[in-house]
Amino acid sequence: MKRFIGFITKEFYHIFRDKRSLFILFGMPIAQILLFGFAITNEINNVDIAILDKSKDATTQEIINKIAASKYFSVKQLIENESAIESIFKKGKVKAVLVFENNFSKKLTKENTATIQIITDATDPNTANTISNYTSSIVQNYQQAINKNIKIAYQIVPETRMVYNPELKSVFMFVPGVMTIILMLVSAMMTSISITREKELGTMEILLVSPLKPFQVIIGKVVPYIFLAVINAIVIVLLSIFIFKMPVQGSLFLLAMESILFIITSLSLGILISTIAATQQTAMMISLMGLMLPVILLSGFIFPIASMPAPLQVISHIIPAKWFIIIIKGIMLKGVGIAFIWKETLILVAMTLFFMVLSVKKYKIRLE
Amino acid sequence: MSISVKHISKSFKNTTAINDVSFEVKEGELFGLIGPDGAGKTTIFRILTTLLFADKGTATVAGYDVITNYKDIRNNVGYMPGRFSLYQDLTVEENLTFFATIFDTTIEENYDLIKDIYIQIEPFKNRRAGALSGGMKQKLALCCALIHKPKVLFLDEPTTGVDPVSRKEFWEMLKRLQQKGITILVSTPYMDEAILCDRIALIQNGQLLQIDTPQQIAKQYPKKIYAISADNIYQLIIHLKAYKHSYSVYPFGEFVHYTDKRADFDLKELVLFLEDRNIKNSRIQQTEATIEDTFMELAK
Repeated sequence: MKRFIGFITKEFYHIFRDKRSLFILFGMPIAQILLFGFAITNEINNVDIAILDKSKDATTQEIINKIAASKYFSVKQLIENESAIESIFKKGKVKAVLVFENNFSKKLTKENTATIQIITDATDPNTANTISNYTSSIVQNYQQAINKNIKIAYQIVPETRMVYNPELKSVFMFVPGVMTIILMLVSAMMTSISITREKELGTMEILLVSPLKPFQVIIGKVVPYIFLAVINAIVIVLLSIFIFKMPVQGSLFLLAMESILFIITSLSLGILISTIAATQQTAMMISLMGLMLPVILLSGFIFPIASMPAPLQVISHIIPAKWFIIIIKGIMLKGVGIAFIWKETLILVAMTLFFMVLSVKKYKIRLE
Repeated sequence: MSISVKHISKSFKNTTAINDVSFEVKEGELFGLIGPDGAGKTTIFRILTTLLFADKGTATVAGYDVITNYKDIRNNVGYMPGRFSLYQDLTVEENLTFFATIFDTTIEENYDLIKDIYIQIEPFKNRRAGALSGGMKQKLALCCALIHKPKVLFLDEPTTGVDPVSRKEFWEMLKRLQQKGITILVSTPYMDEAILCDRIALIQNGQLLQIDTPQQIAKQYPKKIYAISADNIYQLIIHLKAYKHSYSVYPFGEFVHYTDKRADFDLKELVLFLEDRNIKNSRIQQTEATIEDTFMELAK
């Protein structure tokens, strides 16, 4: 036990004396969570649009007012003819142009139908889509308002309710993802680097020619990073609660336990990487390419897994991050207990055991 | 026997690192492996410290087999690799404490063993190991290798890259450690250090050339050696090599060591030859063979 404590003390010296790594260790989670929370968002706010109103009557004016009054759009420009549309898009001043046809009001009352053309700049397809949806729903609302007194024989009214994230805040989606990435990186990359550093500097040679057993070296490497990763997880959760007002519906204790489980999963992956990689550089490349990319692309963090092609969906099953994201989304947003996420938890436990057994087997007690 | 090596061979891919090496080191002996870089010294060290498997042959250290009893060996030997392998971001004291704890001991417990050495680096005990000078680093590494009172000490080129004064001090320390009953296997490319060992093994291209005391090895040199000096050493070497009776010509500091093919010959003949070749101020003198002469002869 004394040996073990001595080893851990040494590891903490390494960590706290390497100021740059320490900065990355604690700066990265804060920077990422703020970036993802504020900058990267699927919502639209104050999008600049232009309007070509060919009829200029009371109805069109009312619709325009409604659109301008919403927080989603701001009417930047009124244009007079069709030819101006293209040039205004090319200048990139607006994201959408609404075109009201001639005699809008008259047609509406006499022919019972009038059209609004929504032209969007689809260089950014997501935004274009959102703009057109938002505009349509504003127009629809207006239509329902003017039709209030008229009885329509049959009418199906879809009533939508978004549960768990009623305001559709994208930060709710990013926090679990960012937390997963950070825990994965801190745990897997940092441990694999710290083990390969011993190989590179030749200190591994001395550690091997000592009575330290392989598992003592491995556990000694892992314990300090569990500690650091837990601190990171706490920082992320606090940031998301206090800055982004993200609720934690479920039990904080369960969240903590599941996070520690995932940290251990990532650490065992890190150890596995270090048994393969000979240098710090390789360890870092494997961690970044082999872990970061799949976590971002295939874990369901940004792109929904259900809409991926079948082979990618299969691959996504072997990515630990996917299961952890399901777990923390469940706990933080839906407030579920272990009864609903035991399956995912079990998968993570199994993966951890697998990685650990594999790395202890692959750990070399000699130089070759 | 403290170390016993029997017919050990080892190759890496297509290159043979060591080939059929056998030697024995007695308890309490200071044994030197002398040879140039790439001769296979480090491979022998790594096999004996249980870091590598030999392809062929057997070896024991402190009575333990290097393969089956590798754990016992790891408890009982001190190893100082050729490259400085301590934690550069830890201070002198932290490094020493760390190595003491992983061997389940304390600095105080074995302080008498390292005292002579540690006292020299103690003024810098709060300095990071990476900021020490070459000689200091080696002293610290030696302390760390000794802190658990090993029975056998393996030192792989401990004085490479160390200044002459520190080298001398280092060897004096080894002598003192030897008196405390520790068996020491040391390797070095420096012939002048070989003479400080009890016995040495000359090694070249993975093969042992000879094992004996340094004095005996030097004595075994079969020919008379002449040390020749002149104003222009370079010209001297060229002409000596061209001389039809010359057997070997090696530069040796400010002299050239020359041997003749003939068992007996008249020095005047050589003097005349050199004068004829316009070599000025040549002086010829018979000299004692050194280990290096023997090594060159054996390695031929």
